[in-house]
Amino acid sequence: MSVSQNVDLTLQSDEKRVIHRTKIEAIAIPLATVVALLAIWQFGVRIFDVPTYIAPAPSDVASTFVAKFPILLENFWPTFYESVLGFFAGNLAAMLIAVAFVHNRTAEKAFFPLAVFINTIPILAIAPILVLIFGAGLTAKVVIAGLICFFPTLVNMVRGLQSVSAQSLELARILSASKAEIFWKIRLPSSLPFLFSALKIAATTCVIGAIVGEWVGADVGLGALIIDSTFNFRSSLLYATVFMSSGLSVFLFVAVSIAEKLVVRW
Amino acid sequence: METARKIEATAADMVSIATSLKNAFVKFGAFTAIENLSLDVEAGSFYTILGPSGCGKSTLLRLVSDLVPIASGDVSIFGKSTEQARLAREFAFVFQDAVLLPWRTAIQNVELPLEMGRKRGVDIPVSDKSPMELLELVGLKGREDALPHELSGGMRQRVAIARALVCKPKLLLMDEPFGALDEMTRDHLNLQLLKIWEETGVTILFVTHSIPEAVFLGQKVLMLQAHPGRLKEVVKINLPYPREIKLRDTQAFTKYAAYLRELLETC
Repeated sequence: MSVSQNVDLTLQSDEKRVIHRTKIEAIAIPLATVVALLAIWQFGVRIFDVPTYIAPAPSDVASTFVAKFPILLENFWPTFYESVLGFFAGNLAAMLIAVAFVHNRTAEKAFFPLAVFINTIPILAIAPILVLIFGAGLTAKVVIAGLICFFPTLVNMVRGLQSVSAQSLELARILSASKAEIFWKIRLPSSLPFLFSALKIAATTCVIGAIVGEWVGADVGLGALIIDSTFNFRSSLLYATVFMSSGLSVFLFVAVSIAEKLVVRW
Repeated sequence: METARKIEATAADMVSIATSLKNAFVKFGAFTAIENLSLDVEAGSFYTILGPSGCGKSTLLRLVSDLVPIASGDVSIFGKSTEQARLAREFAFVFQDAVLLPWRTAIQNVELPLEMGRKRGVDIPVSDKSPMELLELVGLKGREDALPHELSGGMRQRVAIARALVCKPKLLLMDEPFGALDEMTRDHLNLQLLKIWEETGVTILFVTHSIPEAVFLGQKVLMLQAHPGRLKEVVKINLPYPREIKLRDTQAFTKYAAYLRELLETC
């Protein structure tokens, strides 16, 4: 009895150790890869004596990041607001239109090809048009960021709302459910996993939209800083700005992922 | 219990027919799914429905539950049209899959019928038992807050049965509800269903493709034949209730099963 218990205990601690090790490996391996790549970059730049304005070493970028942090942050907030406002506007519009499409086939037939057409225009090509229409202020960037979110969310939301099984709808019919009850209690919750897949895409693309909008015409924002530092050969600042932009995308992505975990529990 | 049930049954025989079909036809385009079917199901009875695939077993339940329209003939539930019966929640349906909403817990799934169809101007009957008591009745006490993906197939089907009972149906339509479950779980649920039937006095129409299940559960077995779907024979099962699993080893049981197997081969 006691022997077998001992065996059990060792087995358990072995198992725990294995689980623990896989957890450490899951973090350590990618981290080590990043560190190694940074080291290769650092020494490569130094050994081949690459000028800083062509490719700054990671250490240069890091010191610029710290030294210029106030400037980076000053330009971070406008891009943050544009991205987030665009995210909400674009996704809200996509969700509402998806609901209209699902309830009205004629609306879908009329407007879906148009949505596909707008989606085929490169965002870089449409951005100047939107800046001409909405001016160089916040609105144009929000519209561009929203536009880039719009299509993936529309397509996913329509699929999600239609993902209800035929049997669920039969159950609803047997319960004499109204259209509104079917929508709120069955269709909308069914669509949430699909919606969040799209929102995760949108969380990163809305930042692209905001930055593209700033390239076309802006005095502030990470996009404006990218253009400015490129033309002034301030490469370290350019790299630092790029990291700041990707940091913004990661932040929004993580925020949406946490929201997904809280909402989609099944 | 038993005597109360008998009295209720004899009284019901005189006045109450749970489901009545008269020369019913169901057609899907040019295809005739049910042809000239006439049948009276007495209130409080337990009918099982057998037949080869394509015989219209499921279609029969879907006709009664107002999911498919009748082409000609008559169908009524306690004297009402199927639509009126649906609005008044006279019947409930249990599908082969549990059809639970995956984001709702077991108890929330049981409560779903109470939240739907309230604005149709017809009062929805409510079981004397609370949703929690119904979960207890089907043996799921303590699992009320589990999400469907945390439950086994048998447990999900029990939730579906509790959900079906929450509006106190007079007629329970079951379309191969235990078809996807393993033997042990199926036996257990068969016994539980018989217990529920005896306690509630609900009328049950139960489609199955298992001959032993049909004999074990039913007072009468409806044998349907295919192409087109027609009533072949109504076989009365004269075996006493309450039934236990070991009933299946008796000669009387085997005789019924053998008879039905032969009948099925001629369909």
